Amino acid sequence: MKLKPNIATSEAGFIFNPATGDSFAANPLAADILARAKTGLDAAAIKADILARYDVAPGQLEKDWDDLLAQLRDFNLLDQ
Amino acid sequence: MPPSETRPRLTVAVTGLNATDSPGPGVAVIRALRETTDFDLRIIGLSYEALEPGIYLRELVDKTYQLPYPAAGTAALLARLAHIREREEVAVLIPNFDAELFNFIKLEPELRALGIHTFLPTLAQLDARDKLNLAAFGAAHGFGTPASRPMHSAFELPAAAETLGWPLVLKGRYYDAAVVHSLAQAEQAFARLSGLWGVPLIAQAFVAGQEINIAGLGDGHGRCLSAVPMRKLTITDRGKAWAGITLEDEALLALARRFAEATRWRGGFELELIRTASGELVILEINPRFPAWIYLTAAAGQNQPAALLRLALGLPVPMMEGYAVGKMFVRYAWDLITDHTEFQQVAALGEL
Repeated sequence: MKLKPNIATSEAGFIFNPATGDSFAANPLAADILARAKTGLDAAAIKADILARYDVAPGQLEKDWDDLLAQLRDFNLLDQ
Repeated sequence: MPPSETRPRLTVAVTGLNATDSPGPGVAVIRALRETTDFDLRIIGLSYEALEPGIYLRELVDKTYQLPYPAAGTAALLARLAHIREREEVAVLIPNFDAELFNFIKLEPELRALGIHTFLPTLAQLDARDKLNLAAFGAAHGFGTPASRPMHSAFELPAAAETLGWPLVLKGRYYDAAVVHSLAQAEQAFARLSGLWGVPLIAQAFVAGQEINIAGLGDGHGRCLSAVPMRKLTITDRGKAWAGITLEDEALLALARRFAEATRWRGGFELELIRTASGELVILEINPRFPAWIYLTAAAGQNQPAALLRLALGLPVPMMEGYAVGKMFVRYAWDLITDHTEFQQVAALGEL
């Protein structure tokens, strides 16, 4: 998962795309994931961290991860 | 900002004081001009109707004179401006309505003889970007524009729909537009728009996508001195921006630069665009003046009206680089209180 370089994120979960003017509100976990992705952590490292910190089954995490990616792609926030 | 007493005094006249729900740009232009650090300004408002709100914004407009309607012609306009010039040392005049530009451009030499400077497009530039000529303009310069055709009669609607498809956009020559989805809607809209604005109307193919506007300033030699793109966040039922946000997109800035270069545009302009789902930029309209949201350019760091003031006076204006991305405007309605005596003075004497 690689966010477009110009996408602005805030600790509060606010996401702003300066190319389109779109803004989005992410929930705390999504905001945390995006913040980590922006630091350059790859998907495997972020998922491992989530599995260590949350009581979630690996299968469920994969499903939710795919949903998040689909949404981010749909919102035009990912580098293609 | 340097204290006003250290700056040279300058009188500037501005039209477009109708800051209504379909606003003219004048009040926003004045607000931006007021932020110039170059001059200590006296602002003369030029109005057409007695209830244009800008007339009564006394903190922005020092004095207002009414003008004859554009249909009265250049002689009546020149006589009125000469009268005003006898009373006010107007050095620069900034017209802000599409419909009045022809007269002001025609009068440029006479105005200069009166000591009044303007910085306007040429008549050829004005004509080339006219809604009636937009498709040819796009083809000539390689800009994407919607297919369109002039409409002189409602009888032409079925043929237009056949060529351009549904929905169809019907536009007045200068103002107003309607998106119609059926022949019945089209006939109704044709009657309304032609009744208000006359014919021809323009039928344009509907283009789906994200609506984006760019405010720009051309130096008349092919350079785009400033360009600020904005996306409308809230739109009124008349399609006017009620809130908007500045964007960062090199493709939009490149388009504005290409427009200024291709046309050697002189003065303020606004490109109304659609970005389609595939990313194509389609120009829907080219307005030959600043838009009503022009104050956002000043707020974002590129004060286009203040730069135009310098251009009109023959002063150098450097290319403006960089602006605040994500800067927003949110328009609001405000009940301005005045007195009937002021209204009467405008209505009866044509000045306040």
